[in-house]
Amino acid sequence: MTTELLTQPSPTRRRRRKGMGRGFLGLGGTGFIGYVSAALILGAILLAILGPIIRPYDPNLINFSYANVGTITGHPLGFDGQGRDLLSRLMVGARTSVIGPMSVALLAVIVGSTVAIVTAWFGGWFDTVVSAVLDILFSFPGILLAVVAAAVFGPSLFSAVLALAIAYAPYVARVLRGAALRERAQAYVAAMEVQGFGAWRICAKHLLPNIASLIVAQGTILFGWAMVDIAAVSFLGLGVQAPTADWGVMISEGKIGLLQGYPLESFASALCIIVIVSAVSFLGERLNQRSQLGYR
Amino acid sequence: MLPFLMRRLAMLVLTLLVASFVIYGALYLAPGSPIAALMGGRTPPPGVLAALEARYHLNDPFLVRYGLWLKDAVTGNLGESIPLHEPVTTLISQRIGVTAELVFLTSIIILVFGIALGILGGLRKGMIDNGVLLISTISAAMPSFAAAVVLQFLFGVKLGWLPVLGTGTGFVDSGKHLLLPALALAATSVALVTRVTRTSVIGELGREHVQTAISRGLPYSGVIRRHVLRNAAIPIATVSGLTIASLIALSAIVETAFGLNGVSAYLVTAALNKDFAVVQGISLVLVAAFVITNALIDVLYAFLDPRVQLGSRAQ
Repeated sequence: MTTELLTQPSPTRRRRRKGMGRGFLGLGGTGFIGYVSAALILGAILLAILGPIIRPYDPNLINFSYANVGTITGHPLGFDGQGRDLLSRLMVGARTSVIGPMSVALLAVIVGSTVAIVTAWFGGWFDTVVSAVLDILFSFPGILLAVVAAAVFGPSLFSAVLALAIAYAPYVARVLRGAALRERAQAYVAAMEVQGFGAWRICAKHLLPNIASLIVAQGTILFGWAMVDIAAVSFLGLGVQAPTADWGVMISEGKIGLLQGYPLESFASALCIIVIVSAVSFLGERLNQRSQLGYR
Repeated sequence: MLPFLMRRLAMLVLTLLVASFVIYGALYLAPGSPIAALMGGRTPPPGVLAALEARYHLNDPFLVRYGLWLKDAVTGNLGESIPLHEPVTTLISQRIGVTAELVFLTSIIILVFGIALGILGGLRKGMIDNGVLLISTISAAMPSFAAAVVLQFLFGVKLGWLPVLGTGTGFVDSGKHLLLPALALAATSVALVTRVTRTSVIGELGREHVQTAISRGLPYSGVIRRHVLRNAAIPIATVSGLTIASLIALSAIVETAFGLNGVSAYLVTAALNKDFAVVQGISLVLVAAFVITNALIDVLYAFLDPRVQLGSRAQ
């Protein structure tokens, strides 16, 4: 170690001074569709919080005389096969449909980035062993793990979230490990080590913030995948349980009406999922591209 | 080549071992005793209890039971469904044909449409390319369950062309029953294969040797066939293989949506009924299929692209 190591600047301060430095909410460079996507995602999150409060009618109030009735005054989307107000059910359904995948993304990102940073920091045989284990964990498709979890813990949103988070964490770890390794190899890290800074401090204050944009991008991409998978698991009857309003459950419940020629319930809830997933994956891809570019 | 194959095989066996351990271990942790499930809530007489415990090895330590289960599994005996009193292998073999046909048909759809659209978009700039991009963007956003309900409504209810539920009998009839499920399952993957094909065709077209060949007046179709498509085939093969492997687990969704009597839909039913032996058996079969497919792709990849350093570890 020569003295020049002592004068290595950390990119952390430069990045911090710029702030997010990337336009409103850090969305700069994602283009017009990026802002539209962000607005849609924000709308979905607001709906997840407020939906059950501002819904016009009780989403579980059954009235068979209104079964599959279309638009009437005060009920813009009409009723589902059991005469429940469809708009209210869609609004309430946003809660589980958004919070489920969000928990999956958060859990997977927390576990995955921790594993990535720890393995990149220590390296050596530890890294080799963990990487091999991650490769093996890759052999579990998320849906399959969710089915097994439903058998073990009983079908619920919780078991689906847990299973998918476990299935996705190795993916996050694998992607972030590369970034963490590159960051670990930078001179400023060696400089800080030479100066006696602890591993914890270097990782928490410099390494982690410097790969943060990539972590956010991975989390966003994951949110989109998890939304599809959670909805699929609920569609199979192994996630959120009826009669709780949930987009995945509603697609499956709406199938009875669909086969009789009333597709609105299935279509409306599928459309909600498609729109949000498209927005999330578009934004995630753009953020990912940008953080890969900004990397170096 | 041989060391590479040996290492890949060892990795495959190790992965299968870990997978089987996780599957067995997870369900071992599940609350509730098999005896209670077996007796339907009645208290068994002591003699019967002891006999049952001995028969299902309920008093042995976990590792011993795992070992016994694994030994049986390797020899093709996956235990017995406790509620149904039928061997799991029988239950699987009655249904695996449907799943295999579904995955096979879906793979063909993905390969034919994905590669054809991708090549078309890559070679014909302008309107056709934009059309291909539009189609692939729409179908990429279609999760299989959403595609399933749309197809069921359109072709089943509105047009009445194809059956929307059930497995069907006979070759033609079961093919008709499988067509919509296969399309639903293919939607997202077709988009993925299309995009990768299009990108790699465009990439290869821009390469110097291709541009030189075209500008020297060599026959265009020959250049495309010999230089563009052959090199573009490598990423296409990889992504096609990976997507087709992922169909194995995703088939559960369309099988349930279309009421197909396949093994993946049965896994869901078994999970809901807490029929643990069946869940273990089917999970093991599906994971094995997934892992083996992935291993085959790796080997195929090495054959396709001699530049791949067989000794190097993936980074």
